[in-house]
Amino acid sequence: MQDLLFYIFSSLTLLCGLLVVFNPFSRNPVTSAMFLVLTIISMSGLFVLLKAFFLAAVQILVYAGAVIVLFLFVIMLLDVKEEERRRFQKFGTFLGFASVAGLAGIIINSIRQSEIGDALAFKGEGIGETRELGHKLFTEYVIPFEIVSLLLLVAMVGCILISKRDESKKEGTQ
Amino acid sequence: MVEWINSLPPVMWAAGLPASEQFAIFSLLKIVIAIFAVVMPMVAYSVIAERRISAWIQDRVGPNRVGIPFTKIHLWGLGQPMADGVKSILKEDFTPAHVRKIYFWLAPAIAMIPALMTLAVIPFGNTVTPGSGEANKAVIADLNVGILYTFGIVSLSVYSIVLAGYASNSKYPFLGGIRSSAQMISYEIAMGMSIIPVFMLVGELNLTKVVEYQANGAWIVFKQPIAFIVFLIAAFAETNRLPFDMPESESELVGGYNTEYSSMKFAMFFMGEYAAMIAVSAMMVVLFLGGWTLPFAGLNESADSLGMGLIQLGIFISKLLLFMGLFIWIRWMLPRFRYDRLMDVGWKRFVPLALANIVVTAIYLYLTIPK
Repeated sequence: MQDLLFYIFSSLTLLCGLLVVFNPFSRNPVTSAMFLVLTIISMSGLFVLLKAFFLAAVQILVYAGAVIVLFLFVIMLLDVKEEERRRFQKFGTFLGFASVAGLAGIIINSIRQSEIGDALAFKGEGIGETRELGHKLFTEYVIPFEIVSLLLLVAMVGCILISKRDESKKEGTQ
Repeated sequence: MVEWINSLPPVMWAAGLPASEQFAIFSLLKIVIAIFAVVMPMVAYSVIAERRISAWIQDRVGPNRVGIPFTKIHLWGLGQPMADGVKSILKEDFTPAHVRKIYFWLAPAIAMIPALMTLAVIPFGNTVTPGSGEANKAVIADLNVGILYTFGIVSLSVYSIVLAGYASNSKYPFLGGIRSSAQMISYEIAMGMSIIPVFMLVGELNLTKVVEYQANGAWIVFKQPIAFIVFLIAAFAETNRLPFDMPESESELVGGYNTEYSSMKFAMFFMGEYAAMIAVSAMMVVLFLGGWTLPFAGLNESADSLGMGLIQLGIFISKLLLFMGLFIWIRWMLPRFRYDRLMDVGWKRFVPLALANIVVTAIYLYLTIPK
Protein backbone atom coordinates (compact mmCIF):
# COMPACT_ATOMS: atom_id res chain seq x y z
CA MET A 1 0.00 0.00 0.00
CA GLN A 2 2.77 2.42 1.00
CA ASP A 3 4.77 1.50 -2.08
CA LEU A 4 1.77 1.99 -4.31
CA LEU A 5 1.07 5.40 -2.78
CA PHE A 6 4.70 6.34 -3.19
CA TYR A 7 4.58 5.54 -6.90
CA ILE A 8 1.30 7.41 -7.34
CA PHE A 9 2.54 10.53 -5.55
CA SER A 10 5.98 10.59 -7.11
CA SER A 11 4.68 10.10 -10.64
CA LEU A 12 2.07 12.79 -10.03
CA THR A 13 4.77 15.12 -8.74
CA LEU A 14 6.94 14.55 -11.80
CA LEU A 15 4.08 14.73 -14.28
CA CYS A 16 2.58 17.90 -12.83
CA GLY A 17 6.01 19.43 -12.49
CA LEU A 18 6.60 18.78 -16.17
CA LEU A 19 3.22 20.23 -17.09
CA VAL A 20 4.07 23.44 -15.22
CA VAL A 21 6.79 24.31 -17.68
CA PHE A 22 6.01 22.15 -20.69
CA ASN A 23 2.31 21.85 -21.30
CA PRO A 24 1.51 20.98 -24.90
CA PHE A 25 -2.23 21.73 -24.47
CA SER A 26 -2.16 25.17 -22.97
CA ARG A 27 0.29 28.02 -22.67
CA ASN A 28 -1.88 29.72 -20.10
CA PRO A 29 0.16 30.90 -17.07
CA VAL A 30 -2.79 30.23 -14.76
CA THR A 31 -2.79 26.59 -15.86
CA SER A 32 0.90 26.39 -15.05
CA ALA A 33 0.28 27.86 -11.60
CA MET A 34 -2.51 25.36 -10.95
CA PHE A 35 -0.25 22.48 -11.95
CA LEU A 36 2.31 23.88 -9.55
CA VAL A 37 -0.32 23.60 -6.82
CA LEU A 38 -0.88 19.95 -7.76
CA THR A 39 2.88 19.33 -7.74
CA ILE A 40 3.14 20.75 -4.26
CA ILE A 41 0.17 18.79 -2.94
CA SER A 42 1.54 15.52 -4.28
CA MET A 43 4.95 16.39 -2.84
CA SER A 44 3.38 16.86 0.56
CA GLY A 45 1.82 13.43 0.02
CA LEU A 46 5.38 12.11 -0.29
CA PHE A 47 6.29 13.87 2.95
CA VAL A 48 3.37 12.16 4.68
CA LEU A 49 4.67 8.81 3.48
CA LEU A 50 8.00 9.72 5.10
CA LYS A 51 6.04 10.50 8.28
CA ALA A 52 7.16 14.12 8.08
CA PHE A 53 3.69 15.41 8.88
CA PHE A 54 4.80 18.84 9.95
CA LEU A 55 6.68 19.38 6.73
CA ALA A 56 3.71 18.13 4.70
CA ALA A 57 1.27 20.49 6.40
CA VAL A 58 3.59 23.47 6.18
CA GLN A 59 4.33 22.72 2.54
CA ILE A 60 0.64 23.02 1.68
CA LEU A 61 0.07 25.94 4.04
CA VAL A 62 2.93 28.07 2.76
CA TYR A 63 3.32 27.13 -0.88
CA ALA A 64 -0.11 26.04 -2.06
CA GLY A 65 -1.98 28.33 0.30
CA ALA A 66 -0.01 31.53 0.06
CA VAL A 67 2.85 31.66 -2.43
CA ILE A 68 0.99 30.36 -5.46
CA VAL A 69 -2.08 32.43 -4.65
CA LEU A 70 0.22 35.42 -4.87
CA PHE A 71 1.54 34.06 -8.19
CA LEU A 72 -2.03 33.90 -9.44
CA PHE A 73 -2.64 37.38 -8.13
CA VAL A 74 0.28 38.73 -10.12
CA ILE A 75 -0.57 36.72 -13.23
CA MET A 76 -4.11 38.03 -13.18
CA LEU A 77 -3.12 41.62 -12.57
CA LEU A 78 -0.50 41.68 -15.31
CA ASP A 79 -2.30 40.83 -18.48
CA VAL A 80 -0.20 37.98 -19.82
CA LYS A 81 -2.10 37.21 -23.01
CA GLU A 82 1.12 37.47 -25.01
CA GLU A 83 2.55 34.50 -23.21
CA GLU A 84 -0.39 32.39 -24.35
CA ARG A 85 0.32 33.08 -28.00
CA ARG A 86 4.01 32.40 -27.83
CA ARG A 87 5.18 29.05 -29.25
CA PHE A 88 7.67 26.69 -27.68
CA GLN A 89 11.15 27.53 -28.73
CA LYS A 90 12.91 24.41 -29.88
CA PHE A 91 16.26 25.45 -28.52
CA GLY A 92 14.84 26.42 -25.13
CA THR A 93 12.91 23.16 -24.84
CA PHE A 94 15.98 21.14 -25.74
CA LEU A 95 18.10 23.09 -23.27
CA GLY A 96 15.54 22.62 -20.52
CA PHE A 97 15.29 18.87 -21.00
CA ALA A 98 19.05 18.53 -21.26
CA SER A 99 19.70 20.42 -18.04
CA VAL A 100 17.00 18.47 -16.17
CA ALA A 101 18.45 15.18 -17.44
CA GLY A 102 21.93 16.25 -16.37
CA LEU A 103 20.73 17.28 -12.92
CA ALA A 104 18.79 14.02 -12.53
CA GLY A 105 21.90 12.09 -13.53
CA ILE A 106 24.00 13.87 -10.92
CA ILE A 107 21.41 13.33 -8.18
CA ILE A 108 20.90 9.64 -8.99
CA ASN A 109 24.62 9.11 -9.12
CA SER A 110 25.25 10.80 -5.78
CA ILE A 111 22.42 8.87 -4.13
CA ARG A 112 23.92 5.62 -5.39
CA GLN A 113 27.35 6.49 -4.10
CA SER A 114 26.28 7.71 -0.71
CA GLU A 115 25.05 5.42 2.05
CA ILE A 116 21.97 7.45 2.66
CA GLY A 117 19.78 4.41 2.11
CA ASP A 118 20.32 3.16 5.65
CA ALA A 119 19.85 6.57 7.23
CA LEU A 120 16.45 6.94 5.63
CA ALA A 121 15.20 3.61 6.92
CA PHE A 122 14.18 5.22 10.19
CA LYS A 123 11.80 3.68 12.65
CA GLY A 124 9.14 4.80 15.05
CA GLU A 125 7.88 8.32 15.45
CA GLY A 126 9.13 9.76 12.20
CA ILE A 127 11.61 12.49 11.49
CA GLY A 128 9.12 15.30 11.22
CA GLU A 129 7.88 15.32 14.79
CA THR A 130 7.07 18.97 15.45
CA ARG A 131 8.53 19.14 18.93
CA GLU A 132 11.83 17.58 17.84
CA LEU A 133 11.98 19.91 14.88
CA GLY A 134 11.45 22.94 17.11
CA HIS A 135 14.12 21.83 19.56
CA LYS A 136 16.63 21.21 16.77
CA LEU A 137 15.79 24.50 15.11
CA PHE A 138 16.23 26.60 18.22
CA THR A 139 19.24 24.86 19.75
CA GLU A 140 21.47 23.12 17.27
CA TYR A 141 20.59 25.14 14.17
CA VAL A 142 19.75 28.44 15.78
CA ILE A 143 22.35 30.47 13.88
CA PRO A 144 21.40 29.30 10.37
CA PHE A 145 17.75 29.74 11.33
CA GLU A 146 18.30 33.32 12.46
CA ILE A 147 20.36 34.09 9.37
CA VAL A 148 17.57 32.83 7.14
CA SER A 149 15.01 34.92 8.96
CA LEU A 150 17.27 37.96 8.67
CA LEU A 151 17.55 37.30 4.96
CA LEU A 152 13.77 37.17 4.66
CA LEU A 153 13.48 40.38 6.63
CA VAL A 154 15.95 42.08 4.30
CA ALA A 155 13.98 40.87 1.29
CA MET A 156 10.77 42.17 2.82
CA VAL A 157 12.23 45.58 3.64
CA GLY A 158 13.65 45.74 0.13
CA CYS A 159 10.24 45.02 -1.38
CA ILE A 160 8.60 47.73 0.67
CA LEU A 161 11.36 50.20 -0.15
CA ILE A 162 11.10 49.61 -3.89
CA SER A 163 7.33 49.89 -4.03
CA LYS A 164 7.36 52.93 -1.72
CA ARG A 165 9.86 54.82 -3.86
CA ASP A 166 7.66 54.41 -6.94
CA GLU A 167 4.69 55.81 -5.10
CA SER A 168 6.48 58.94 -3.84
CA LYS A 169 7.79 59.62 -7.37
CA LYS A 170 4.26 59.52 -8.74
CA GLU A 171 3.07 61.87 -6.07
CA GLY A 172 5.97 64.20 -6.83
CA THR A 173 5.06 64.48 -10.51
CA GLN A 174 1.41 65.16 -9.91
CA MET B 1 -24.03 8.54 16.06
CA VAL B 2 -20.44 7.86 15.15
CA GLU B 3 -19.79 6.49 18.61
CA TRP B 4 -22.71 4.21 18.12
CA ILE B 5 -21.18 2.72 15.01
CA ASN B 6 -17.85 2.40 16.73
CA SER B 7 -19.43 0.76 19.72
CA LEU B 8 -21.10 -1.94 17.68
CA PRO B 9 -19.37 -5.27 18.12
CA PRO B 10 -17.14 -5.84 15.09
CA VAL B 11 -19.74 -6.15 12.37
CA MET B 12 -20.15 -9.66 11.02
CA TRP B 13 -18.86 -9.00 7.54
CA ALA B 14 -15.91 -7.03 8.78
CA ALA B 15 -14.91 -9.48 11.48
CA GLY B 16 -12.72 -11.59 9.26
CA LEU B 17 -10.69 -8.67 7.95
CA PRO B 18 -7.32 -7.59 9.33
CA ALA B 19 -7.24 -4.66 11.74
CA SER B 20 -5.91 -2.11 9.28
CA GLU B 21 -8.72 -2.78 6.82
CA GLN B 22 -11.33 -2.64 9.57
CA PHE B 23 -9.90 0.71 10.57
CA ALA B 24 -10.15 1.90 6.98
CA ILE B 25 -13.76 0.73 6.69
CA PHE B 26 -14.82 2.36 9.93
CA SER B 27 -13.04 5.58 9.04
CA LEU B 28 -14.87 5.61 5.74
CA LEU B 29 -18.17 5.06 7.55
CA LYS B 30 -17.38 7.92 9.92
CA ILE B 31 -16.60 10.19 7.00
CA VAL B 32 -19.79 9.31 5.10
CA ILE B 33 -21.96 9.73 8.18
CA ALA B 34 -20.26 12.91 9.35
CA ILE B 35 -20.70 14.51 5.96
CA PHE B 36 -24.07 13.28 4.76
CA ALA B 37 -25.92 12.88 8.04
CA VAL B 38 -24.47 15.77 10.00
CA VAL B 39 -22.77 18.46 7.95
CA MET B 40 -24.99 18.53 4.87
CA PRO B 41 -28.29 18.84 6.77
CA MET B 42 -26.61 21.44 8.94
CA VAL B 43 -25.62 23.40 5.85
CA ALA B 44 -29.15 23.16 4.49
CA TYR B 45 -30.75 24.23 7.74
CA SER B 46 -28.33 27.06 8.39
CA VAL B 47 -29.47 28.52 5.09
CA ILE B 48 -33.08 28.55 6.24
CA ALA B 49 -32.00 29.74 9.68
CA GLU B 50 -30.23 32.61 8.01
CA ARG B 51 -33.32 33.52 6.02
CA ARG B 52 -35.66 33.33 8.99
CA ILE B 53 -33.35 35.22 11.34
CA SER B 54 -32.74 37.93 8.75
CA ALA B 55 -36.51 38.19 8.36
CA TRP B 56 -37.00 38.63 12.11
CA ILE B 57 -34.28 41.25 12.26
CA GLN B 58 -35.86 43.17 9.40
CA ASP B 59 -39.38 42.70 10.75
CA ARG B 60 -40.49 40.39 7.94
CA VAL B 61 -41.91 36.89 8.08
CA GLY B 62 -39.46 35.01 5.89
CA PRO B 63 -39.98 31.66 4.17
CA ASN B 64 -42.60 29.90 6.30
CA ARG B 65 -44.66 28.07 3.67
CA VAL B 66 -42.88 24.89 2.61
CA GLY B 67 -43.63 21.95 4.82
CA ILE B 68 -44.22 18.32 4.00
CA PRO B 69 -44.93 18.03 0.25
CA PHE B 70 -48.52 17.28 -0.87
CA THR B 71 -49.97 18.05 2.55
CA LYS B 72 -51.10 21.25 4.15
CA ILE B 73 -48.62 20.96 6.99
CA HIS B 74 -46.29 23.96 6.99
CA LEU B 75 -43.89 23.05 9.81
CA TRP B 76 -42.73 26.70 10.01
CA GLY B 77 -41.12 26.44 6.60
CA LEU B 78 -38.74 23.66 7.56
CA GLY B 79 -39.22 21.98 4.19
CA GLN B 80 -37.61 24.93 2.43
CA PRO B 81 -34.11 23.37 2.07
CA MET B 82 -35.61 20.44 0.16
CA ALA B 83 -37.40 22.79 -2.21
CA ASP B 84 -34.22 24.84 -2.64
CA GLY B 85 -32.21 21.72 -3.39
CA VAL B 86 -34.68 20.44 -5.96
CA LYS B 87 -34.80 23.87 -7.55
CA SER B 88 -31.02 24.17 -7.85
CA ILE B 89 -30.70 20.74 -9.41
CA LEU B 90 -33.56 21.13 -11.87
CA LYS B 91 -32.72 24.63 -13.06
CA GLU B 92 -30.92 24.98 -16.35
CA ASP B 93 -27.19 24.82 -15.84
CA PHE B 94 -26.21 27.70 -18.04
CA THR B 95 -22.59 28.18 -19.04
CA PRO B 96 -21.89 31.57 -20.62
CA ALA B 97 -20.02 31.46 -23.92
CA HIS B 98 -17.05 33.56 -22.88
CA VAL B 99 -15.92 31.58 -19.84
CA ARG B 100 -12.85 29.38 -19.46
CA LYS B 101 -14.66 26.07 -19.21
CA ILE B 102 -12.30 23.90 -17.16
CA TYR B 103 -11.82 26.43 -14.37
CA PHE B 104 -15.46 27.39 -14.53
CA TRP B 105 -16.35 23.79 -13.65
CA LEU B 106 -13.51 23.32 -11.21
CA ALA B 107 -14.18 26.36 -9.03
CA PRO B 108 -17.53 25.28 -7.47
CA ALA B 109 -16.08 21.87 -6.64
CA ILE B 110 -13.10 23.42 -4.90
CA ALA B 111 -15.50 25.60 -2.91
CA MET B 112 -16.93 22.56 -1.12
CA ILE B 113 -13.93 20.28 -0.68
CA PRO B 114 -11.64 22.22 1.71
CA ALA B 115 -14.47 23.05 4.10
CA LEU B 116 -15.46 19.39 4.34
CA MET B 117 -11.87 18.16 4.64
CA THR B 118 -11.21 20.47 7.57
CA LEU B 119 -13.80 18.61 9.62
CA ALA B 120 -11.67 15.45 9.52
CA VAL B 121 -9.48 16.55 12.42
CA ILE B 122 -12.16 18.16 14.58
CA PRO B 123 -12.75 16.14 17.76
CA PHE B 124 -16.52 16.42 17.89
CA GLY B 125 -17.04 14.26 20.92
CA ASN B 126 -15.31 12.54 23.74
CA THR B 127 -13.47 9.27 23.80
CA VAL B 128 -16.15 6.69 24.53
CA THR B 129 -15.33 3.48 26.28
CA PRO B 130 -18.53 1.44 26.27
CA GLY B 131 -18.44 -1.35 28.84
CA SER B 132 -15.26 -3.30 28.50
CA GLY B 133 -14.69 -2.40 24.87
CA GLU B 134 -11.73 -0.44 23.65
CA ALA B 135 -11.74 3.34 23.59
CA ASN B 136 -13.29 4.95 20.54
CA LYS B 137 -12.12 8.35 19.51
CA ALA B 138 -14.83 10.64 18.20
CA VAL B 139 -12.63 12.16 15.53
CA ILE B 140 -12.07 10.97 12.00
CA ALA B 141 -8.31 11.52 11.87
CA ASP B 142 -6.48 12.19 15.11
CA LEU B 143 -3.49 13.93 13.55
CA ASN B 144 -0.56 15.16 15.60
CA VAL B 145 -0.35 18.26 13.45
CA GLY B 146 -4.12 18.76 13.53
CA ILE B 147 -4.20 22.52 13.49
CA LEU B 148 -1.55 22.85 10.77
CA TYR B 149 -3.59 20.48 8.65
CA THR B 150 -6.71 22.61 9.10
CA PHE B 151 -4.87 25.78 8.22
CA GLY B 152 -3.28 24.14 5.20
CA ILE B 153 -6.63 22.97 3.90
CA VAL B 154 -8.44 26.21 4.73
CA SER B 155 -5.77 28.13 2.84
CA LEU B 156 -6.69 26.13 -0.27
CA SER B 157 -10.26 27.40 -0.24
CA VAL B 158 -9.12 30.72 -1.70
CA TYR B 159 -8.61 28.95 -5.02
CA SER B 160 -12.31 28.43 -5.57
CA ILE B 161 -12.97 32.16 -5.50
CA VAL B 162 -9.87 33.14 -7.42
CA LEU B 163 -10.55 30.58 -10.12
CA ALA B 164 -14.22 31.48 -10.29
CA GLY B 165 -13.26 35.09 -10.80
CA TYR B 166 -10.69 34.23 -13.41
CA ALA B 167 -12.80 31.66 -15.26
CA SER B 168 -15.85 33.89 -15.53
CA ASN B 169 -13.81 36.18 -17.75
CA SER B 170 -15.79 39.29 -17.00
CA LYS B 171 -15.24 42.39 -14.93
CA TYR B 172 -17.14 42.00 -11.69
CA PRO B 173 -16.28 38.39 -10.92
CA PHE B 174 -12.67 39.20 -11.68
CA LEU B 175 -12.63 42.09 -9.24
CA GLY B 176 -14.27 39.87 -6.66
CA GLY B 177 -11.64 37.18 -7.20
CA ILE B 178 -8.75 39.63 -6.89
CA ARG B 179 -10.19 41.19 -3.77
CA SER B 180 -10.76 37.86 -2.13
CA SER B 181 -7.27 36.55 -2.78
CA ALA B 182 -5.78 39.61 -1.11
CA GLN B 183 -8.29 39.53 1.73
CA MET B 184 -8.06 35.84 2.51
CA ILE B 185 -4.27 35.78 2.51
CA SER B 186 -4.12 38.84 4.78
CA TYR B 187 -6.53 37.47 7.30
CA GLU B 188 -5.01 34.02 7.22
CA ILE B 189 -1.87 35.57 8.67
CA ALA B 190 -3.78 37.27 11.48
CA MET B 191 -5.71 34.06 12.09
CA GLY B 192 -2.61 31.89 12.20
CA MET B 193 -0.79 34.32 14.50
CA SER B 194 -3.75 34.60 16.84
CA ILE B 195 -3.81 30.92 17.76
CA ILE B 196 -0.08 30.51 18.41
CA PRO B 197 -0.50 31.52 22.10
CA VAL B 198 -3.15 28.82 22.46
CA PHE B 199 -0.68 26.17 21.44
CA MET B 200 2.03 27.74 23.57
CA LEU B 201 -0.25 27.14 26.55
CA VAL B 202 -1.27 23.63 25.52
CA GLY B 203 2.09 22.48 24.26
CA GLU B 204 0.60 20.26 21.56
CA LEU B 205 -0.70 20.77 18.03
CA ASN B 206 -3.18 17.93 18.37
CA LEU B 207 -6.75 19.22 18.66
CA THR B 208 -7.84 16.37 20.94
CA LYS B 209 -5.10 17.42 23.35
CA VAL B 210 -6.33 21.00 23.21
CA VAL B 211 -9.76 19.88 24.37
CA GLU B 212 -8.24 17.70 27.11
CA TYR B 213 -6.25 20.69 28.34
CA GLN B 214 -9.45 22.71 28.61
CA ALA B 215 -11.35 19.87 30.27
CA ASN B 216 -8.92 20.02 33.19
CA GLY B 217 -8.94 23.78 33.61
CA ALA B 218 -10.50 26.98 32.41
CA TRP B 219 -11.49 27.35 28.79
CA ILE B 220 -8.90 29.06 26.65
CA VAL B 221 -11.28 31.89 25.79
CA PHE B 222 -10.80 33.13 29.37
CA LYS B 223 -7.05 32.74 29.25
CA GLN B 224 -6.54 34.20 25.79
CA PRO B 225 -9.37 36.66 25.14
CA ILE B 226 -7.32 38.67 22.64
CA ALA B 227 -6.50 35.55 20.63
CA PHE B 228 -10.19 34.66 20.61
CA ILE B 229 -11.32 38.08 19.39
CA VAL B 230 -8.71 38.24 16.62
CA PHE B 231 -9.55 34.70 15.54
CA LEU B 232 -13.28 35.38 15.55
CA ILE B 233 -12.98 38.49 13.40
CA ALA B 234 -10.49 36.85 11.07
CA ALA B 235 -12.95 33.98 10.74
CA PHE B 236 -15.54 36.38 9.35
CA ALA B 237 -13.02 37.52 6.76
CA GLU B 238 -11.93 33.98 5.92
CA THR B 239 -15.48 32.82 5.28
CA ASN B 240 -16.32 35.99 3.31
CA ARG B 241 -19.19 36.89 5.56
CA LEU B 242 -20.43 40.37 6.24
CA PRO B 243 -19.01 42.77 7.40
CA PHE B 244 -16.12 41.44 5.30
CA ASP B 245 -17.88 40.06 2.22
CA MET B 246 -15.74 42.04 -0.22
CA PRO B 247 -15.58 39.27 -2.83
CA GLU B 248 -19.35 39.35 -3.17
CA SER B 249 -20.48 42.83 -2.15
CA GLU B 250 -23.69 42.96 -4.17
CA SER B 251 -23.98 46.72 -4.25
CA GLU B 252 -20.63 47.22 -6.01
CA LEU B 253 -19.85 43.98 -7.82
CA VAL B 254 -23.30 42.59 -8.75
CA GLY B 255 -22.58 39.22 -7.16
CA GLY B 256 -18.81 39.18 -7.16
CA TYR B 257 -17.18 35.91 -8.08
CA ASN B 258 -20.43 34.04 -8.54
CA THR B 259 -22.10 36.51 -10.89
CA GLU B 260 -21.83 34.19 -13.91
CA TYR B 261 -22.91 31.05 -12.09
CA SER B 262 -26.35 29.53 -12.06
CA SER B 263 -28.26 26.51 -10.74
CA MET B 264 -26.26 23.81 -8.97
CA LYS B 265 -22.89 25.46 -9.54
CA PHE B 266 -24.11 28.53 -7.71
CA ALA B 267 -25.55 26.31 -5.01
CA MET B 268 -22.15 24.70 -4.57
CA PHE B 269 -20.60 28.08 -3.76
CA PHE B 270 -23.46 28.75 -1.41
CA MET B 271 -23.08 25.41 0.35
CA GLY B 272 -19.32 25.85 0.44
CA GLU B 273 -19.72 29.12 2.30
CA TYR B 274 -21.92 27.54 4.94
CA ALA B 275 -19.73 24.46 5.21
CA ALA B 276 -16.76 26.77 5.76
CA MET B 277 -18.72 28.56 8.47
CA ILE B 278 -19.44 25.24 10.16
CA ALA B 279 -15.78 24.24 9.92
CA VAL B 280 -14.52 27.50 11.36
CA SER B 281 -17.15 27.45 14.13
CA ALA B 282 -16.09 23.92 15.00
CA MET B 283 -12.50 25.11 15.17
CA MET B 284 -13.47 27.95 17.49
CA VAL B 285 -15.40 25.59 19.74
CA VAL B 286 -12.45 23.23 19.96
CA LEU B 287 -9.77 25.88 20.39
CA PHE B 288 -11.48 28.35 22.69
CA LEU B 289 -14.71 27.00 24.13
CA GLY B 290 -13.58 23.66 25.42
CA GLY B 291 -14.97 21.41 22.69
CA TRP B 292 -17.39 18.84 24.09
CA THR B 293 -16.84 19.76 27.71
CA LEU B 294 -18.95 21.65 30.21
CA PRO B 295 -17.32 22.40 33.56
CA PHE B 296 -20.02 20.78 35.72
CA ALA B 297 -21.94 17.54 36.25
CA GLY B 298 -18.92 15.49 35.29
CA LEU B 299 -19.32 16.48 31.67
CA ASN B 300 -15.63 17.22 31.36
CA GLU B 301 -14.61 13.67 32.05
CA SER B 302 -14.23 10.82 29.67
CA ALA B 303 -17.54 9.15 28.89
CA ASP B 304 -18.08 5.60 30.06
CA SER B 305 -21.43 5.02 28.41
CA LEU B 306 -22.94 5.66 25.03
CA GLY B 307 -25.55 8.04 26.44
CA MET B 308 -22.87 10.20 28.02
CA GLY B 309 -20.98 10.26 24.73
CA LEU B 310 -24.12 11.40 22.93
CA ILE B 311 -24.74 14.13 25.50
CA GLN B 312 -21.21 15.42 24.96
CA LEU B 313 -21.72 15.31 21.21
CA GLY B 314 -24.86 17.36 21.82
CA ILE B 315 -22.87 19.90 23.84
CA PHE B 316 -20.37 20.23 21.03
CA ILE B 317 -23.09 20.75 18.44
CA SER B 318 -24.96 23.30 20.55
CA LYS B 319 -21.77 25.33 21.00
CA LEU B 320 -21.24 25.11 17.26
CA LEU B 321 -24.78 26.31 16.60
CA LEU B 322 -24.15 29.24 18.94
CA PHE B 323 -21.34 30.40 16.67
CA MET B 324 -23.45 29.82 13.56
CA GLY B 325 -26.11 32.02 15.12
CA LEU B 326 -23.50 34.66 15.81
CA PHE B 327 -22.33 34.57 12.19
CA ILE B 328 -25.88 35.03 10.95
CA TRP B 329 -26.77 37.69 13.50
CA ILE B 330 -23.68 39.80 12.72
CA ARG B 331 -24.39 39.62 9.00
CA TRP B 332 -27.71 41.37 9.37
CA MET B 333 -26.60 43.89 11.97
CA LEU B 334 -23.44 45.46 10.56
CA PRO B 335 -22.74 47.38 7.33
CA ARG B 336 -19.94 46.32 5.00
CA PHE B 337 -16.38 47.52 5.53
CA ARG B 338 -14.63 49.60 2.92
CA TYR B 339 -11.91 47.62 1.19
CA ASP B 340 -8.95 49.75 2.30
CA ARG B 341 -10.28 49.83 5.86
CA LEU B 342 -10.50 46.05 5.77
CA MET B 343 -6.84 45.78 4.77
CA ASP B 344 -5.82 48.37 7.36
CA VAL B 345 -7.58 46.52 10.14
CA GLY B 346 -6.04 43.23 9.08
CA TRP B 347 -2.46 44.34 8.70
CA LYS B 348 -2.10 47.33 11.00
CA ARG B 349 -4.26 46.21 13.90
CA PHE B 350 -4.67 42.45 14.07
CA VAL B 351 -1.23 41.28 13.00
CA PRO B 352 0.62 43.50 15.52
CA LEU B 353 -1.95 42.68 18.18
CA ALA B 354 -1.54 38.97 17.63
CA LEU B 355 2.24 39.30 17.64
CA ALA B 356 2.15 41.24 20.89
CA ASN B 357 -0.08 38.54 22.32
CA ILE B 358 2.50 35.91 21.40
CA VAL B 359 5.29 37.90 23.10
CA VAL B 360 3.24 38.51 26.24
CA THR B 361 2.27 34.84 26.47
CA ALA B 362 5.90 33.82 25.97
CA ILE B 363 7.06 36.15 28.77
CA TYR B 364 4.30 34.86 31.05
CA LEU B 365 5.22 31.25 30.37
CA TYR B 366 8.91 32.01 30.88
CA LEU B 367 8.22 33.58 34.27
CA THR B 368 5.73 31.01 35.55
CA ILE B 369 6.93 27.64 34.31
CA PRO B 370 9.63 26.29 36.61
CA LYS B 371 12.70 25.06 34.78
